[in-house]
Order: sequence, then C-alpha cells, then structure tokens
Amino acid sequence: MSGNGTLLELRNIRQVYEGRFVAIENMNLVVRVGEFVALLGPSGCGKSTLLRIITGLQRPTSGEVLYRGQPTVSVNPRATIVFQTFALFPWLTAADNVEVVLKARGIPRLVRAARTMDLLDKVGLDGFENAYPRELSGGMRQKVGFARAMAVEPELLCMDEPFSALDVLSADSLRGELLELWLEKQMPTQAILMVTHDIEEALFLADRIVVMEKNPGRVIADLPITLPHPRNRKAPAFLQRMDEIYALLAGQTQPEAIEVGTPPGEPGPTRLLPHVPMGDVTGLLEHLAESPVATHDIYRLADEIGTDSDRLLRTIEAAELLGFVTIGKGDITLTPLGETMAEASIQGRKDIMATRVRRLPIVAWLLTMLQRADAHLLEADVIETALEWTFPSEESQRQIATLIDWGRYAELFSYDEERKVFYLEPARTAQVPKE
Amino acid sequence: MVRSIRNLFRVQRPLDRPATWGDAVVLVTVFAVIYVGAKLAAGARSVIQGPQISLEPAALPAYAAMSLARMAGAYVLSLVFTLVYGHVAARNRRAEQVLIPLLDVLQSVPILSFLPVVLLSLSAVLPQRLALELAAVVLIFTSQVWNMTFSWYQSLRTIPEDLQEAAAAFGLSRWQRFKTLELPFATIPLVWNSVMSWAGGWFFLMAAEAFTVGKRDFRLPGLGSYLRKAAEDSNSHAMLVGVVALVALIVLLDQLLWRPLLAWSNRFQLSAVAGEVKPTSWFYDALRGSRIVRLLSERVLRPVLLGVDELISRGLGGRAEPAERHEGLSPIGYVFSVGAGAALAYGAYRGAVMLFAVPAHQWASILLGVVATFGRVIAALAIAFSWTVPFGVLLASRPRLGALAQPLVQIAASIPATALFPIVLLFLLRLPWGLDAAAILLMLMGTQWYLLFNVLAGASAIPQDLRYTSLLLPLSRWQRWRVLILPALFPYLITGAITAGGGAWNASIVSEYVQFGGEGKSVVGIGALISHATAAGHYPLLFAATLSMILTVVMVNRLVWRRLYRVAERRYRME
Repeated sequence: MSGNGTLLELRNIRQVYEGRFVAIENMNLVVRVGEFVALLGPSGCGKSTLLRIITGLQRPTSGEVLYRGQPTVSVNPRATIVFQTFALFPWLTAADNVEVVLKARGIPRLVRAARTMDLLDKVGLDGFENAYPRELSGGMRQKVGFARAMAVEPELLCMDEPFSALDVLSADSLRGELLELWLEKQMPTQAILMVTHDIEEALFLADRIVVMEKNPGRVIADLPITLPHPRNRKAPAFLQRMDEIYALLAGQTQPEAIEVGTPPGEPGPTRLLPHVPMGDVTGLLEHLAESPVATHDIYRLADEIGTDSDRLLRTIEAAELLGFVTIGKGDITLTPLGETMAEASIQGRKDIMATRVRRLPIVAWLLTMLQRADAHLLEADVIETALEWTFPSEESQRQIATLIDWGRYAELFSYDEERKVFYLEPARTAQVPKE
Repeated sequence: MVRSIRNLFRVQRPLDRPATWGDAVVLVTVFAVIYVGAKLAAGARSVIQGPQISLEPAALPAYAAMSLARMAGAYVLSLVFTLVYGHVAARNRRAEQVLIPLLDVLQSVPILSFLPVVLLSLSAVLPQRLALELAAVVLIFTSQVWNMTFSWYQSLRTIPEDLQEAAAAFGLSRWQRFKTLELPFATIPLVWNSVMSWAGGWFFLMAAEAFTVGKRDFRLPGLGSYLRKAAEDSNSHAMLVGVVALVALIVLLDQLLWRPLLAWSNRFQLSAVAGEVKPTSWFYDALRGSRIVRLLSERVLRPVLLGVDELISRGLGGRAEPAERHEGLSPIGYVFSVGAGAALAYGAYRGAVMLFAVPAHQWASILLGVVATFGRVIAALAIAFSWTVPFGVLLASRPRLGALAQPLVQIAASIPATALFPIVLLFLLRLPWGLDAAAILLMLMGTQWYLLFNVLAGASAIPQDLRYTSLLLPLSRWQRWRVLILPALFPYLITGAITAGGGAWNASIVSEYVQFGGEGKSVVGIGALISHATAAGHYPLLFAATLSMILTVVMVNRLVWRRLYRVAERRYRME
C-alpha cells in the first residue's frame, strides 16, 4: 500500500468516546510527499482529534497510523503541530519559546542561539526576539508558533486551525507568507496537513481538500485542487469550487421525516440541534427576504453577511431543519413559511416558531416529559442524564443550551437558571390561548 | 492591593468534594497516627526542664535567629513535600483518591491539637532538645503545607491543554516540562500560598516556643519564650522590646523576601488582566536596577544555574510521554498499599482498644469540654463579625480612610496572636472570669483579621454600577445593607468564617489552660482537657480528647460551613 512518496497513512482509524459515541468512523487517508492537504469539516467532525492522533498525542480506539510505512507508537518526532491557540509558553520570550524546542532536540547550546535567530528571521520576527508573547499581536504570536514548529525541522507539518484565532487582515497576510515559504521550499517540510472549518481558506492554500462530515466524523469527499498559485478568490474557477464544496457540506434538504430524525432513546438517528442562537436564524431569513431573487448561492452569503463558513452552515442547517429554507446543490431557497417568518411581527414570529420547534422530536420529547412531570417541572440534570444515553456529555450540554434558547424564543417552556430547572408555565399547561 | 489581600486570605480547598472511600481511609489513618503518638507519649519523662531565657535585649538577635531558622526549616520542608505530594496526586488517579481527602481533612483540623501528642511522643524517643526542635518544625510544617500542596496540585491539574500538548509534541523531557511548564504555571498561586502559610506559621511557632504544661516545660529559646518570660516577670520594657523585635522581623521579611517574590512572580501571569493592580516591591525594583546585582547574576548565578540545569537534564533526560494520568498501581505500589492497609487496620484496632479504656465520666467531661469550647468559638466569631463587617464596609467605601488604615491593619494582623497572649494574660488574669475572657480574646485576636480582610475584599468587589443604583434608588440604610451589601459580602463572610473558625479552635489549646508565673489555671474546655491530660500523663484521655476535637471541627465544617458555602457560591456570586 505505502508505495513511493507516501508519508503518512491512516488505516481504519476509529475513535470512540465513553464506550459508545463514535467521534471518528473508519477513517482512511494518505498524505504524500509534496502535498498540502486541508482537512475541512464542521466543528465536531473530529478533525482536531484526528490531528492529535496523527501526531501521536492521542491514541485512536482502533486503526493504524503509518508513518513512512512504519506504525507509530508514540509522539512522532518528525511531525509537529501549530496550534489554533498558539500554545506559546507565556513566561518565555519569543526566542526562548523557539530555543526550548531546539534544546529538547539535544542541539548544543552554542548552535542554538544562532539557529533561533535564523528561524525568527525567516518568519519576519527579527527585532522581536526578546518580546514576551503577551506583547505580540495575534499574528506575530502565530509566527512564533511557526518558527517553533520549524525548529523541529518537521517532515510533516500539522496545523490545527492556525489562522482562526487571528483577525482577518493578519490571517490573510500570514496565509500569504506561509504559502510563500512552502512554495519556494524554504522549509524542510515534506507535507502540510491543515485542519480548518473555513472553506475559502482551504481552497486558497491546499492542493487537496478532504471534506469531513460529523455524527460520526467521516470523509465525504477528497477533492484535488489544481488551481495555480497565487489563487484569486474572485476568479470564476475559484468561486465554482467554493460552490461545489458548500454544496457538499450544506447537503440536500431531505423529506421531513428523515430531516428531523427520531426522539432521543428511540430507534433511528436523533437529529442534533445545530448550536445556533435563534436571532441568527431570523437574521438570515431577513437577509434572504430582502433580496429580489428567490434562490441564492450559499457561498456568496458568507461574504454578504460577514460571517465565517462554519457559522453560516450551522445557521442554514437550523433554518432548514425548521422548514424556513430548502437546500439543494449549493443553493438556498426561502420557503413560503420562511418568507412569512421574515415578514412577521415579533409575536407572529414567536407563534410560527412555536409550531415549528414543537414538531422537532427532541423538543416534543422534552415537552411530553414536562407534561407528565410533577408540577410540570424537571431539573436540567435529569434531561442531561437522559440525553447522555444518546449523546456524549459535552454534546448533551450543548443540546440543552440550544433547547433553552429555542424553547424560550418560542415560549414553549421556561427555564430557571438559578435552580437549573425546566418548567411549563401554568397558562401553557392548560393550553389556554394567550391574548 | 485588594486583589492581593483577597489572594492572601482566600482559603483554597476542595470545598465541594463529595465524601468518598478515600475519606474513610483518611479518617482511619488520622486515628491510627494519633494513637501511635499517644502510645509513644507514655514513654516521655514526667519532668522536663526548660531552657533559661535571658531578657537582656542583647540576647534578642540570637532568639530571633533561632525562631527564623525554625520557620525556614519548616518552610523548606513544606516546599519539598508540596512538590512531591502534589505531583503524585495529580498524576496518579488511584493515589489522588486518598491524597486529596487527606489534604482536605488535615487542612481543616486544628493543628495545635496535635502539639501535645507530637511533643510527648517525640521527646519519648529522641534527645530532649532535638525532640522539641523537631516538634516545633513539624508543627509549623503541618500548619503550612496543606494549602501550598493543594495549590500546586490544583495548578498541575489546570495547566491549559494546548500547552501540555505543545510540551509533548515538541518532545520536552520530564525535567524540561517541570521547568518550562509546570513550575512557571504554578508559581503565582504557590508564592501567594507561601506568603499565607508563612504568616500562619508564626502563630504556631510562638505557641510551640512558649508551651508549658505542669512539670513539663516544652519551651524553646526563641522570640515566643522571650515574650512569655517577659510577661511572667512583668517586665514591661522587655515586653515592648520583644514585640518590636518580632514585628520588625516579620515586616522585614515581608519587605525583603515575600514582596519581591510576589513582584517577580507576576511575570508568570498567563495573560494580562485589564485593570488589575500588579504587586510591586521597592526592594525588587532596587535589585533589578543595581549594577552589582546584575553583574553577579550574569557572571555567577546564570552559569551556575545552567550547569545545574545541564546536570539534571542528563539525569532526568529522555522524552516525556504525553502527560497521561496513571490509572492503576505497580506491583510494588500494590504490596505497599496492602502493607500500609494492614498496619492501619492494626493501629486502628489498638486505638479502639485504648478508647474503650476511657471511663464514662471522662467521656462526659470531653463532651462538656467540646460544648464549652464551641461556645467560646461562637462568641469569638460573633464579636469578630460585629466589628469587622461595619468597619470593613466603611474602609472600602472611604478610599482615603482605607489607604490610611491599610498599613496599620496589616501590621496589626501580622503579629501572631500567640506572641501577645502572655501579655494579655498578665492583665486579664487578675480579673474575675479573667481566663475565660483571655481565651475568647486570643481566639478573637487570631481570627478577626481573616474576617476583616474578607469583608474588605467583598465590599470592594461590589460593582460600581450597583453601588450607584442603590444610591439613586431611594433605599433606606437598612434596605441598602439587606439588598446590596450583605448579599455581596455573604460568600466572603463564609470563606472568612471557615478560616477563622479553624483558628479559634487552635487557640483553645493554648488559652484554656495556662501556666503563668508558676501557677496553673484553667477553664472548662476541650483545650484545657487536652493540656491537663498532657500534664498528668493520662494518655488514653489525651487520645480521646484530641480525637473528639478533630472530629467536632471536621463535622462542623462538613455540616455547616460547606452547606453555607454552596449556597453562597450558587446564589450570591457576582459575575
């Protein structure tokens, strides 16, 4: 299998949490020498976990990581990682942060100082050797992160959303600089593997985009990108690839029964509520309603609304789940209900939301439990425990937070933050229509 | 300043920890250890000759140096213990289940109640002077070590995951990880806790240096025994000189050691928090500005440290695995655990036998003693509350007055109450109910500062907008207190009271039974009972009384304070 030029190979990687929740399912991936691969997917698809498995920081539940054909057993000394949060030691200067890595590699003291300066020079940080991370801007901190990673002289450079904690301008310039170092072969690196949730970023940098989907995390597409560098984000060919990837990730609106799934605890997949505040959904609907055309390209929306692709996709998912929009082939279309919603008054929106949210199985399930409960009151802990049969505990907490937001917006039930209980207000339990 | 005070007096403890099987092991361990101590105590001589204490001012420097040496010895011991114990607890899950409850219990136990048992048992097996010195150091150590250890453990458990991953991904060795990640991350809380421990240590040192029961004179040459001797001789000049020397020593250490350390440790801040006042130190600034110091540190200190670093690196080299937590026990650990378990079980059995030897009327007097001391603790807390709350709120709301009072309050708070106790006795013993009053006064002196500083911290933490709102709304004075001030103070009052309560129980050991100017006096109380048992050599009674006191304090903490604390955390937290 691992023929010429194969650097890294993942074979049937599977990651399971708490014995039953599959985070990554049957993952296979080959990275060859000279490739810049982007792992693209929504948050929660396990792509960061995958990066930790690849570098040896974490061991998968099953499956094999082969590096140059050899199975890896612990931290891979020829791979390194650039962190989203930079992960610099705050009490060490820029130079010391780099030097400590050289020291860990056993490089003699006299060589270290010169090499450190060299590395900082390369990323354009000369003059900032003695600055502490807190004195540097986000972009400069990440440059230290790159210099430190290069100090390992890695064959495989892994990057975990390296630009997502930066402001737009710094991220842009840093991407350009990284690309320059990579394309001009100024680093000893043989291949780059970058995790990202930003479609445009992946398309701008990578030679290959591996698209992942969540629940469970898996590969849904492996797209070679042959656009020549430097890539123009407004070029038709670039936009066409954007459209294509958005289409993959946004999916296709399914018949309602499949779309909404089954209640927790019953057979069939339970649909996760996308973690989106209701305000975002109504904002999206208003934006769509304002424009004269009925159907939009999703990839254009990110720019228009001023949000990143990950959040946009989540908002679209919520709007689709509630039946306000339909998705197909990378396009989004407002349904008649969505149009009504966009134009309705505040109370009108709440009424529409009440009927839409109520038909989601997970909400209906919660309402039934509340109806049956003493005093129509349930502790959040109870709900969380019940949900933990279906979801990992972190996801259960997210689901509860979303349930609270949506339920409050639709005035289906109330939540008391102090006592941490869900309850039905008396008027609503008797189904008395409100004035 | 406010932040520094809050840090200084906030007790770090795992308050919301549910009881586990570890607690049972811990209780049995404490039980067995006290039993062994009481058993050994039987071998102690019935007459112990104390040292001659000279009241000449010229003798003071030597006494101060001896006191300081005991403090320093105990502190170094605490630090070493902290690093090892905390590391094991943080890395081994099985060990953690015993080690953390142990910390928790020992942190809330009145340490001074161990003093008689430790003194007697050590002097039974070691040469007298060595035994007494060791007992003092052990006592200070047990008073200092728990919060330091807990803070180190807490730090190790809360190192951000990305930094841990970076350390693993970049192949840092064990020593490098300790040096570049763990220690720097833990430095700030560790230094703050050291300051707190050091301040608390004086209280116990002064008590230990001046401890006498019956014909057993456990005094040690030092500032504590000097002050006691001065009070017994009614030598007001010597009393004054002694107190001044003690305060000078404490203030000097604060200025030349702890403040600079605090200022230096600030560089280990993870991120700069806006609006936060950094600890400053004139001495630290002076050191940094000095050319000689810079030269010394570059030419001497740095090369030496580098050499040490290389040496340790060679010894402790090798790539550290990702900081995974060990689940189980090694075979050696298994054998050790079984052995320790068997020893504990045997000790507990023998202890139970000894407890059954305590006759019913003595149990009755223990019960009576606990109730009486409990009453005094409540009285002292009530008095402390009644003045610290209004005074603290006043200081916080008048910044000018606050700035004026701050240094005075800090100096007053820095004097260990046990050092002043002989002087208090000198005046109060002549009055009817004098010893009762003195006992409550000592508890008060030892504890009111914790409350005051917590009130100050709480009152300054009330957000300005809420303050304005309450002024703009026509709220009466009483309403303002009820709606704003008391709820805002509540969590701080509870935290302060937990610490203060512990201190008050400690004080009962040295204040309920006193031997002053040759005659012994006592009031009804568990502290007096422990002292009587020590003097008379009633070892089963000593064992039973010590145990009862510890159990009472642990129960009160669990049943009263923790519940209140939970309420405070849930309802009255300002965010």
